[in-house]
Amino acid sequence: MTEAHSSNLQLSNETVLEIKDLTVDFETPTGPVHAVRGVDIHVARGETVAIVGESGSGKSQAMMAAMGLLASNGRTGGTVIYEDRNLLGLSIRQLNQVRGKKITMIFQEPMTSLDPLYTIGRQLAEPMVVHGGLSWKAAHAKALDLLKLVNIPEPEHKIKAYPHEMSGGQRQRVMIAMALANDPDVLIADEPTTALDVTTQAQILVLLKELQTRLGMAVIFITHDLGIVRQIADRVYVMKNGEVVEEGGTAQIFDTPSQPYTRMLLDAEPEGAKLPVKADAQILLEAQKISVEFALDTGFFSAPHLLRAVDDVSFSLRTGQTLGIVGESGSGKSTLGRALLNLLPSDGRVMLNGRQIVGLSRQEMRPLRKDLQLVFQDPFGSLSPRLTVGQIISEGLKVHATELSGKDRDRRAAQALEEVALDPVMRNRYPHEFSGGQRQRIAIARAMVLKPKLVVLDEPTSALDRTVQKQIVDLLRKLQEEHGLTYVFISHDLAVVRAMADTVMVMRNGKVVEAGATSHIFEAPQQDYTKELIRAAFMTATARAS
Amino acid sequence: MSTISSPQTPPDQPHGDPAVHQEVRGRSLWDDARDRLLANRAAMASLCVLVLITIISILGPMLSPHPFDKVYRDYVKVPASLSAYPAEDEVEPAFRSLLKRARVSIDSFERTGNVVTAIVTSKREIDPRIVRYADRSDMFSGATLGDFSEDGKSAVMQADIAFVHFYFGTDSNGRDLMTRTFIAGRVSLTIGLLATIVAIAIGVVYGATSGYLGGRVDQSMMRVVDVLYSLPFIFFVIMLVVFFGRNFVLMFIAVGAVEWLDMARIVRGQTLTIKRQEYVQAAEAMGVSDGGILRRHVIPNTLGPVVVYMTLLVPKVILLESFLSFLGLGVQEPMTSWGVLISEGARNLQGAYWMLIFPSIFLTSTLFALNFIGDGLRDALDPKDR
Repeated sequence: MTEAHSSNLQLSNETVLEIKDLTVDFETPTGPVHAVRGVDIHVARGETVAIVGESGSGKSQAMMAAMGLLASNGRTGGTVIYEDRNLLGLSIRQLNQVRGKKITMIFQEPMTSLDPLYTIGRQLAEPMVVHGGLSWKAAHAKALDLLKLVNIPEPEHKIKAYPHEMSGGQRQRVMIAMALANDPDVLIADEPTTALDVTTQAQILVLLKELQTRLGMAVIFITHDLGIVRQIADRVYVMKNGEVVEEGGTAQIFDTPSQPYTRMLLDAEPEGAKLPVKADAQILLEAQKISVEFALDTGFFSAPHLLRAVDDVSFSLRTGQTLGIVGESGSGKSTLGRALLNLLPSDGRVMLNGRQIVGLSRQEMRPLRKDLQLVFQDPFGSLSPRLTVGQIISEGLKVHATELSGKDRDRRAAQALEEVALDPVMRNRYPHEFSGGQRQRIAIARAMVLKPKLVVLDEPTSALDRTVQKQIVDLLRKLQEEHGLTYVFISHDLAVVRAMADTVMVMRNGKVVEAGATSHIFEAPQQDYTKELIRAAFMTATARAS
Repeated sequence: MSTISSPQTPPDQPHGDPAVHQEVRGRSLWDDARDRLLANRAAMASLCVLVLITIISILGPMLSPHPFDKVYRDYVKVPASLSAYPAEDEVEPAFRSLLKRARVSIDSFERTGNVVTAIVTSKREIDPRIVRYADRSDMFSGATLGDFSEDGKSAVMQADIAFVHFYFGTDSNGRDLMTRTFIAGRVSLTIGLLATIVAIAIGVVYGATSGYLGGRVDQSMMRVVDVLYSLPFIFFVIMLVVFFGRNFVLMFIAVGAVEWLDMARIVRGQTLTIKRQEYVQAAEAMGVSDGGILRRHVIPNTLGPVVVYMTLLVPKVILLESFLSFLGLGVQEPMTSWGVLISEGARNLQGAYWMLIFPSIFLTSTLFALNFIGDGLRDALDPKDR
């Protein structure tokens, strides 16, 4: 790591892109918002620069502004120098000579960046034909080379594939291939791995690093995940509220951070472990041979095709315990979580306090729902946008505590908000007025207001910044201690699971690969798959420890 | 960037106000949409136009000097004019011709101000009742006959000229087009609004139920919609008219009953996406009943597109009504609507262009305004802005 670092530094005499005193302001109905307030960033040939900060710190907007990609209500100031020209003053036409050719971007969402109607090959070749003046045949050949360059398996076959036929990681590779088509000088990667599974994320990072050394381009890497930064960056800019609060070499930032904000970011990795519960605690939930099958609708007349999303899963959970379920996307862990709450039809037995709940009708389930709650991953999608926070939280009370008056419900909602450390006066506001972390707290308050026994937490921290993640983990642990809650914690983030769970279950393709006590799984994994997951997840953490 | 207004310091609440703690009011998405709509100049101008047209349609017929169904036989198809009728040069020929009809001949004609005086003679004794000829005319009023000669064969006839204004001209029956345009606006706007409300009420409830319940229920409910789609509209209306007779309310039912089909499909599509949203799953996990989920979570979130569709549906319904009236299945004379006026105007385009132009201006400005408002609403409600 350090060797690569120093060899890169030798290359980095020549600055390719220099951003000076960049400001970005947005006109909004509630007055101007200063998203970026005078930022200086420069990047040299062959160098990897990381810009880190929490969401809302202006890191993405600064880069979007430099590329002339701001929303229509945005205004920029300052200079962005590339090859002795200020990009900010250029016309769209002149800008297009640079943007997309010599300075390219890849984005977070590989699912939506590709057009589903065209093959990968065509999408790669088209800009070369239209802008590069190549023939279709030559462009096709070059597209194939690019796919080989980004290590897509079976490139001859995949070039004819449509985006939906590829996995998220492969799509992100295609996006990188597109960005590399014109031998760019600067590659701006805006959270390119955030939407990917840990193992895929590690592969993409390795690929980017490899391509950079091979092609000698500069990379600006925007992320909120310091683990990644440690792994690939030469220099780091730390942004907060639209300003660069600290910059320096990666080692310097990580070892001797001068700003408290940087230190807070570094300490954001969830820490500690959960205290075990007493051995004589009652068994709250017992699952025996749960299977969930989905009928894939293939048409009106043909017989449905069955997909087994969860296959023969069994476990038991004592009051106060936390079961961590880990696995990559598509492993069936979320489906299992919903099956446990009888939100999906399933086979097998789920015993809640000794009572079988599989097969109960909605009416029969309704009194039990009070004890079973669910918290979702997406804090933006799980709160109804047209209801106030107070209405959202007290909705469960309307169903389960019909004896309460409107005033009582309001009081209970206020208490629940206090419990999750939000100001109760906020309950008349609407969800969109809150940040991601605050929204997740509201979602937790909604679950807690009913004083449940079991809470299924479906990736509750995955959509949040590291620092906010840590707060949510602390909050969840505090609530568990105070109310003796039992959690089923579903996550692909092993660091969080380690901090939360008593026992861990690793799932893959609907089956349990390995299960056991948390410390046991993390320290002595038995299965290859588990080892691979842990290695990918803690590559960053060990890099820090070393 | 995700939080433009920080919840801790709401921009609409001044700092240090002791009341702040009790009075934190949230800005709903509707509030935001309203602000965006207010900032949209085209939409706001359209809204003003629409309000203006509505007010004119409501108050216009009351303030107008002409009843909407009064026939001025002397002013059939007179062009729109700012100056009063009768025109200067029309007075004498008109007076002469009416006296001719009264079978008296004119020795002298004189006009002083708004009074015409003529010395009339006849071979027989003049019947004083001939003043009726003048009074019956729309141009003169208060006719008197005096100064009879001794043999009664000559007299002086005096009459006031009755000035009237036809700012939009008159139609082929001699009715004031301005009043008729206003009264037609009442009919068209009412039908447009009521039929749309009927369509939306049925469509939203039906579509949301169908989409939310899904499965077999959804399949059969949507097949019902398909069957209704295949019914020819005119046939349907004729059937209704046959069974229930012709009446105004029937129009709403007929139009509403057909237009809700589109609405139901739109809302169903919306519901299918909303149903998969996590807040709906969260409500299900909480044990909220189907009705509660539909009422609190699904329907409020479909309303954005519904409101937009509504502004586009109103013009459609107005046009449909015109079509029905044109076929004689809609509003009946002497009541009228913009559609009826326009179809009459189209028939009289040669020689009476104003009969087409004025109702058309009203209809098109209304349609334009509604479309612009619809556009503005769509922009205002678009959640991608956030």
